[in-house]
Amino acid sequence: MGVELVILLLIVFMIISALIAVEASDLLSAVIAIGAAGFALCAIDLLLAAPDLAFPQVLVEIITLVILIRMIMTRQDTSRQTPKDTLRTAMVMLACGMFLIVVFLAVGGMNTSGTIPSFGRPVMGSFDDTGVSSQYLFRCAQDTGAANVVMGILLDYRAYDTLGEATVIVVAILGGYAVLRRIGRKKREVKS
Amino acid sequence: MRGMSIIVRIIVAILGGLVILYGLYVTLTGHLAPGGGFVGGVIIMAGITMMVLAFGGERARELMKEHHCQMLEGFGALAFVIIALLGFFAAGSCFFKNFLPTGKVHELTSGGMIPLSNVAIAIKVGAGLTGIFLALVLGCRSAMFRKGK
Repeated sequence: MGVELVILLLIVFMIISALIAVEASDLLSAVIAIGAAGFALCAIDLLLAAPDLAFPQVLVEIITLVILIRMIMTRQDTSRQTPKDTLRTAMVMLACGMFLIVVFLAVGGMNTSGTIPSFGRPVMGSFDDTGVSSQYLFRCAQDTGAANVVMGILLDYRAYDTLGEATVIVVAILGGYAVLRRIGRKKREVKS
Repeated sequence: MRGMSIIVRIIVAILGGLVILYGLYVTLTGHLAPGGGFVGGVIIMAGITMMVLAFGGERARELMKEHHCQMLEGFGALAFVIIALLGFFAAGSCFFKNFLPTGKVHELTSGGMIPLSNVAIAIKVGAGLTGIFLALVLGCRSAMFRKGK
């Protein structure tokens, strides 16, 4: 119960900092608020005993903060240009929250015999079960030779998913290059 | 982009190599402890970012160009796919088949193709993020300077 309470407090903290990031009139404070939300997510990962997930999360948060702050410092005017519509944002967020609550209740909800298991209960069977997760745990060392079960699953049993993730990263970086390329910018400068 | 003060430079000169070494360690021991290719690549990129920010963009621009990063990123992605295809063709049955001997658990050379995949992913992620960083920070800034001139 104690861990759940801390996680709930951290989630409330994340929601508050996300709201600050949306509503802040200064770009720098918005970026810092996003960083606060990200580090709260890292703390939640650690509380749920997932260091493999918290590790990259911390790193990506630090890198993103450094790059965003560096880019903002190079701009002279840090006030945001886009007009903000508080009421519309609040309505959209409320609607999303209502939708999620309805989905949660529709597929089983708080009832432990429903489709969604209660918090902390392993989804794919426990140790004495014959579920697939226990098979992974028992057979990972002799099947893959990896002492780290997470890496054994990521790069051996479920390597196809990892290939998909790698493709997502490649496509995202290609998109970044396409936006930031110099040729298009030069042409626009010549035109104007 | 100009560099930072002498204090920052000396500290980064001491720490930068250690950060990159730690990234390599996390990559190579991904199958033994929490870590892996993605994290290792991001740590290496963090070390490079730190050095570029401390020593200034001009020196970094002399040493490495964006197209080097793009080439390395493509090489990493290709290596990962080739490892997958080797499992398919050389070992016969299925995509991503672990065709190398798995070795003894808790040894550095265990895990078959898992360390190789980690290295490929580290090259891809590190080079890709470094290229994006160079394009974002140095490219935009130099374009602004050119406009100012």
